[in-house]
Amino acid sequence: MNQTFVEKILARNAGLSEVTPGQIIDATPDVALSHDNSAAIAKIFRSLGQARVKYPDRLAIALDHAAPPPTTQHAQNHAEIRQFVAEQTIPHFFDVGRGVCHQVLCEEGLIYPGVVVLGADSHSTHYGALGAFGAGIGRSEMAAIWAIGQLWLRVPESIKIMLKGKLNSWVTSKDVALTVIGQLGADGGLYASVEFHGAALSSMSMESRFVFPNMMAEMGAKNAWVAPDEVTFAWLEGQGIHQREKWVAASRELWPDDGANYAATYTFDVSTIEPQIACPHTVDNVKPLSAVSGTKINQAFLGTCTNGRLEDIAVAAKIVAGRRVAPGTRFIIIPASSQIYLAALRAGYIETLLEAGAIFESPGCGPCMGNHLGIPAPGEVSISTANRNFKGRMGTRDAEVYLASPAVVAASAIAGQIVHPTQIY
Amino acid sequence: MINSKIQGQVWKYGDGINTDVIFPGKYTYTVTDPAEMAQHALEDLDPSFAHQVKRGDVIVAGKNWGNGSSREQAVTCLTQAGVGAVIAASFARIWYRNAINNGLLALTCPAAVDALQHGGLVEIDLAANLIKTDVGSFSFPPLAPSVQIIIAEGGLIPYLKKQLKP
Repeated sequence: MNQTFVEKILARNAGLSEVTPGQIIDATPDVALSHDNSAAIAKIFRSLGQARVKYPDRLAIALDHAAPPPTTQHAQNHAEIRQFVAEQTIPHFFDVGRGVCHQVLCEEGLIYPGVVVLGADSHSTHYGALGAFGAGIGRSEMAAIWAIGQLWLRVPESIKIMLKGKLNSWVTSKDVALTVIGQLGADGGLYASVEFHGAALSSMSMESRFVFPNMMAEMGAKNAWVAPDEVTFAWLEGQGIHQREKWVAASRELWPDDGANYAATYTFDVSTIEPQIACPHTVDNVKPLSAVSGTKINQAFLGTCTNGRLEDIAVAAKIVAGRRVAPGTRFIIIPASSQIYLAALRAGYIETLLEAGAIFESPGCGPCMGNHLGIPAPGEVSISTANRNFKGRMGTRDAEVYLASPAVVAASAIAGQIVHPTQIY
Repeated sequence: MINSKIQGQVWKYGDGINTDVIFPGKYTYTVTDPAEMAQHALEDLDPSFAHQVKRGDVIVAGKNWGNGSSREQAVTCLTQAGVGAVIAASFARIWYRNAINNGLLALTCPAAVDALQHGGLVEIDLAANLIKTDVGSFSFPPLAPSVQIIIAEGGLIPYLKKQLKP
């Protein structure tokens, strides 16, 4: 039978010749990700009466959600995690400052075509950008994986998204992802495996491609997948990993068959897309940027696993060079990882951005989910490159959050209001 | 362990209720006591809920209940608050898994959602797969056998404890 990506990878992982949507299988993840929630998971794990984690080398733990810790309580949480990591001899531990878990795991060579990742984080869909299977799970489920190495999964239906055409200037993968979510809705990919295909992807950088699977969590997807190609392999090699034959073989084996069964297929012509913005308070409340142009902002935030990469910081530097952040506006930038931070420094972007009045903070999730490093006041308006704008998301239910591309966020920081980059650049 | 019959008052909400309004992200690493989690249940959606909810009450919601974060507190804050079940037109997948794994009954039944009103009474008969309301009864699809086993044991962790017993 012709199979989609997710059917192939889950069948292979479960040791079955084929699987069908709706079937429950026992998956054995190659990578089991957790972050600041690891202390809570360790507590559940200990309640199971197991002395040792079954496969310690498959765990990956990154401290990123409130890092460095803003309070004694957060610091204690991190201390408990470090103790657990030492006790269980977990090799893949990434301490405060290394960056956002999803970016870090990719940089560290843990993610490549064919890997099965389960993460105690909803944006674990991210890993599909490198041809892996990534899905989010809960804390109890992660404790179960630590104990027995396995977890039940339901094989999802698949949805195919074809991207054709060429992006216009100032239009990015973020605008395309927002267009898809705006049109299909926050439940447009509920429980599904969302595959991205098409010529428009081929011309996008790896950094841009990460945005698609990351944002599919906002459409309810279980996992997402971007077709791996030379760009994927070159990015992995850029990380100092050289296993091209293995990646190519896995990509071929797991490539969706012609005639595989899709619950739906959608085609988007990206050449018709203009910059988009998700308005308060849901990610599918998407409008063309022009609809809210001129809205006053108090804070602009560039960062997160969605859009805190080098090309995102580069475009911000290009836009702000020789200009100043608007008085009364805070422009907060958080590189997604220490690797990106250093690269941005060496490229001179940080100097340019600091001269313009931007604020740099250490790699991690920052204010994305309201923990620290840029919480808005009640009544304030933020524009952000993150992936969520729910009420209360950044700390108070009385603030408004708009989601847009790094270029739009940087331009808006200069203008003190939501603008198209061409209005200032 | 889920009772075979659940009876309570309806708390009705709309479509797309996300985990940030069910349990705010800012508490995820500071509120660790389950009883305290209950005090923040639905804080940014309905501040009256945590004060007034009674054991056995049922949340009724539209499409995509629980979308957003994987935080399990978005389930445990409700079980700790005494919520007997959540009936929705559809569920976001991680929230749904967390519900099963914590022994909280999550039923997909759009017809019952349409019929039930905020403040009304509802009864769920698990053995008969029926949701009983003032305006009639609605059947829901039986739970998958693998899910029934986990729920019968009160959740994934109690189930695993039994499995791992030497």
